[in-house]
Amino acid sequence: MTWLRSFTRFWYDFVIGDDWRVAVGVTAALSATWGLVQVGVDAWWLLPAAVAALLALSLHRAVRPTRERD
Amino acid sequence: MSDLVLLLTVFLACTVEAVEALTIVLAAGTSRHWGSALQGTVAALLALAATVAALGPAIGLIPLGTLRLVVGALLLVFGLQWLRKAILRASGHKALHDETTAYTKQVAAAGKAQAGGRGQVRDWYAFTLASKGVFLEGLEVAFIVVTFGNNQRDLPLAAIGAAAAVLAVTGVGFAVRAPLARVPENTMKFAVGVMLTSFGTFWSVEGTGAHWPGSDATLLALIPAVALLATGCTVLLRRGSSPLPPSTSTGGIPMEGTS
Repeated sequence: MTWLRSFTRFWYDFVIGDDWRVAVGVTAALSATWGLVQVGVDAWWLLPAAVAALLALSLHRAVRPTRERD
Repeated sequence: MSDLVLLLTVFLACTVEAVEALTIVLAAGTSRHWGSALQGTVAALLALAATVAALGPAIGLIPLGTLRLVVGALLLVFGLQWLRKAILRASGHKALHDETTAYTKQVAAAGKAQAGGRGQVRDWYAFTLASKGVFLEGLEVAFIVVTFGNNQRDLPLAAIGAAAAVLAVTGVGFAVRAPLARVPENTMKFAVGVMLTSFGTFWSVEGTGAHWPGSDATLLALIPAVALLATGCTVLLRRGSSPLPPSTSTGGIPMEGTS
């Protein structure tokens, strides 16, 4: 059980890392892109926009505690 | 993507991983026992070879669209982790990754650990420290090679880029017998984060069935756009709050997945 937990933790840290919301956001954006493609919309623009937003939000969350201390 | 861009991207990304792996091996070897550290390195490389040999060919059987979607998504998440940390470091919100400090701490920790061997390994601590470091960083190298190589249908070229990076870093590292603190690692990580994020975005969008305007040439706009976004974020964060003192260092073991 300890080995399984360590194994899961290793892969979680390796793939997901510090901010799980980024992984969830990327998955959601890709799902939306795929869905739009299925209904005939060539939504190549959706993911780049999502990436910019996800990065900005993740950075904002990372520095917020620092700013609150200042 | 041109062959040169593929080669340079893989080379740069793998150089970062090789520097981190080498730091760990040098710390284990110089402070404990070179033989055990090298045994650990060889053991990790064999385990890696077996992993890649088992999984590499299987990846080739997956349809290209599905491969690009899954691998692109992974690469994008991976790249965003790198980019996020690189921006936080560049803006002063996260301490710079200093290989010299990491090396010193590794040596100190290794010196405190109890000596003792198992079987043919004289110093188990040196063996496990080196093997864990090499396996983890090597896994990232393998991941980069397999994903980039399969997506571009040029696995040999990606492997050459990775091998060149590992050989170059190993050669330099053992020539100077010191951690590669002079390598501008944070700058490299910033660049690698930009590349991984750009390629991850490009491939995963193609995997969904959407078509980039301009096909492969889109990368020529996507990479500078991501670089510009990252640079802009860095500038904004620098203005936003008081940064950490420049001498601050993470000092931890450089074995986390993407740092």
